[in-house]
Amino acid sequence: MKRYLPFIIVILVALLVLGGGTFLYRSKLSTNAGPKVLKPEAEPSGTLVHALGPANAPVTLEEFGDFQCPPCGKLSEPINQLQKQYNLRVIYRQFPLAVHKNAKDAAYAAEAAGRQGRFWQMHDLLFREQAVWSQSTDARALFSAYAGMLQLDLNRFKQDMDSGEVQQQVEVDQHRGAAIGVKNTPTIFLNNEAIPTDQLNPSLLPGVVEAALKKSKPSS
Amino acid sequence: MKSASKDQAAARSTMNPSRAQTIFYSSAALIALVGLAEATYLTVMFLSGETAVCGGSADCALVLGSAYAVVPLVKIPVASLGALAYFSAFSFATFAAFGYSSAQRFFAWTVIAMFCMTLWLLFVQAFRLHAFCKYCLFSAALVFLLSGLVVARPVTETQNN
Repeated sequence: MKRYLPFIIVILVALLVLGGGTFLYRSKLSTNAGPKVLKPEAEPSGTLVHALGPANAPVTLEEFGDFQCPPCGKLSEPINQLQKQYNLRVIYRQFPLAVHKNAKDAAYAAEAAGRQGRFWQMHDLLFREQAVWSQSTDARALFSAYAGMLQLDLNRFKQDMDSGEVQQQVEVDQHRGAAIGVKNTPTIFLNNEAIPTDQLNPSLLPGVVEAALKKSKPSS
Repeated sequence: MKSASKDQAAARSTMNPSRAQTIFYSSAALIALVGLAEATYLTVMFLSGETAVCGGSADCALVLGSAYAVVPLVKIPVASLGALAYFSAFSFATFAAFGYSSAQRFFAWTVIAMFCMTLWLLFVQAFRLHAFCKYCLFSAALVFLLSGLVVARPVTETQNN
């Protein structure tokens, strides 16, 4: 019996790890699933909606993102490509997570750039340079540098970053997300339906968008 | 006839490890088990895309969300390789604790490979990403502990009862 005991122990541990891992994965997926359906809400007056693409596009992709979240960064460029390829309407909502020390300032920087008509340029730059400013102890200095690169009015940019309007804009987006059950980033809705977390990667997203496009076409 | 008696002797020595070896490899198996649990957890975190709430640390998210956290070409998380390595170390240590002499050699080679991989991952965190993930540091500590055990392992002795 002693001869077979190590085989039994190893097999038991393997089964425990596989079972435990699968259970944990399933529970994480169900926790991260968030809302299934996004109910459209009226925009509070005075707040801006950052959108690309035509308002009557057959598919609207609405992202609740955090500029310091690595998965959001990975999806940024694929979403840009999908927007161009399928002429999607893409809406970006701020959802900076408390665990990311520079995320809120990054959101303010994007909003401040948006006040000068450069939201999407700053959005792309922040995601592209994410690894740099995420670790910076003086991220605001880097954001000012980025504003300079985008040829923004620097004084106005700095004033806007600290302004109540910009901070309120971020809060409004966060409240909107929290109200509909957004917990993690990125949380992405396609025509008001949340994309499952396991499909939020650059290789699967095009298929999800194509499926939404087919679904949106009236059946002949 | 001579060969058969040789086999019997080998089998006998295989199944009778010294007390020191049993304690040593049981300890190593327990350490590997802790590492296996951690690596499995990190693999699940990666697969479920939950890097954002990794221990409340942005550094952790940066490391686990970086390109270095994925094995190129096959696109599987590095943490899953860690889980496989820890499971191998656990299995070999368990067999060694029960006196399987060849398992001792496999255990040593597995830990050496893990040690080299750990050095590379520490280099990446320190000089490429400029961020340290506490889970990775804990795993590195476990691997160093296993490496220390390999260096200090008792010489193969068997009690031929």
